Amino acid sequence: MSNTTGMFVLSARILHWLMAVLILAMLFIGIGMVASVSERHEWLIHIHKPLGIAILILAVLRLAIRLRNPAPPLPADLPWLQKLAAHASHWLLYGLMIAMPLIGWAMLSAGGYPVMLSDSLRLPPIFPTNAIAFAILRQLHTVLAMLLFLTFLAHMAAALYHGLIRRDGVLSSMTHRRKP
Amino acid sequence: MSDSPSSLFRMTPKRQAGAFLLIAAIVAAFALLFGYVGGWLAPHRLTPKRIVNQFQKNAGVFPGYRRNHAKGVCVSGYFEGNGNAVPYSMAQVFTRSRTPVVGRFAIPGSNPYAPDGSVPIRSLALRFTQADGQQWRTGMNAMPVFPVSTPQAFYAQLKATQPDPATGKPDPSKVAAFFAAHPEAAAFRAWAKTAKPSASFATESYHSINAFIFINAAGQRQAVRWVMAPVATDASHDIHKAGDPNYLAADLSQRLANGPLRWHLMVTLANPGDPTNDATRTWPADRRSIDAGTLVIDHTTPQESGPCRDINYDPTVLPDGIEISDDPLLPARSAAYAASYLRRTSEEAHLPGTTQTPTKPAPEATP
Repeated sequence: MSNTTGMFVLSARILHWLMAVLILAMLFIGIGMVASVSERHEWLIHIHKPLGIAILILAVLRLAIRLRNPAPPLPADLPWLQKLAAHASHWLLYGLMIAMPLIGWAMLSAGGYPVMLSDSLRLPPIFPTNAIAFAILRQLHTVLAMLLFLTFLAHMAAALYHGLIRRDGVLSSMTHRRKP
Repeated sequence: MSDSPSSLFRMTPKRQAGAFLLIAAIVAAFALLFGYVGGWLAPHRLTPKRIVNQFQKNAGVFPGYRRNHAKGVCVSGYFEGNGNAVPYSMAQVFTRSRTPVVGRFAIPGSNPYAPDGSVPIRSLALRFTQADGQQWRTGMNAMPVFPVSTPQAFYAQLKATQPDPATGKPDPSKVAAFFAAHPEAAAFRAWAKTAKPSASFATESYHSINAFIFINAAGQRQAVRWVMAPVATDASHDIHKAGDPNYLAADLSQRLANGPLRWHLMVTLANPGDPTNDATRTWPADRRSIDAGTLVIDHTTPQESGPCRDINYDPTVLPDGIEISDDPLLPARSAAYAASYLRRTSEEAHLPGTTQTPTKPAPEATP
């Protein structure tokens, strides 16, 4: 099964741009809420948790779509190192967008917190209460958030490089149908 | 791949350099914005880290312990709701039922070995775990008001009371300057003037200090404050052993050996217009108060091994039916407690970069 259209399928493109906005917002919300003591801290936390679960659900859906619909091949003349970086960063992004919400959920569970998505909607714990596990998961949540942000920057820079400099159809495979 | 090979060579070097610059500028803009939102590029913004750092500057670091109210004991028991608060809050805890409670009596300060008589304030933190899995966490204090009403003023107070390296004590002129600039501290200071370090946790009242909002099943909102009012008022144990710096824990164990201790949860209902965003002022004394139930404490354990050790008593962890008010101290408490909790659990986990041996207050007095 291979992709001959040169495009990602429509559902993949919609999910890509929707999640791009959600994940970027999530990174700024997360980093902003832990650096604030104002009421911002409260309302950002109240967005952070349900948004994280929404991203988890969308990421699983997206992974399923991606596995059923192969991505268009990269340009044949792309240096092998860039190809490797492209594949590695894509799978890293998939891994992080699934791992981050799960770590957040597990970390609150380990800290003994009720995992509240709203005033009344509570998720069950997915990790036993354990302060040491909390500390490890909580620090991991930060480290991986930084990694996710750096990967996003690299991903965006690479997309712009393909779109503005190489003009090789890689960026447009995620944006619009190109004229043949 | 009809339009490959790439068009790299079709761009003039000048245009190509411009495109690279544009990409670099976009990446840099995102990175700078991230750094600003994250506080690294906003050195003047008050952050939870900066508050906790100031606690450490004032008193040193005691690894594994809370950064404030470090000295305390774990307790457990239950809360018996009587239904009186149900018209105001739909929280399960207020129904006629028993809710298990894990709590912690403590004294303020960052030193877990401070003598009990060194401060007149006692505190009580509680975690109620409702049958539906929702929790109510609260951290209460013996005084009815707080010295300041904003996190910024609290930080200024911490800075003003930082020990002077030369004397090991706060600089009186800085403390005086702080209180001159913060007349809102008057009510707290009047309380502190008459307050004496009590000989027992059992005979103290514990105030929510901050206002909260109760929400009933019809969605109606009612601003409240509460106080845990002690049933035990006897002073028979009030003569503590001279020289015992830990008399509070000893008194508590002794009392619990004779039976459980009780407090009534008295909820004060604000009138419309009563300020909910100012912890330095109490509401007029004629406000209605209801007895919402009884707290029964029947067990105590040292905090190093007790169930309260790993609980962050964040007062914004609330069940459906209670919400935070617009008091700006509440989000700050939540944020700073989380920072403290992460530091002490990271120390417990021996994570790299954590303090493992107690440090003296910085800067260290030099001979």
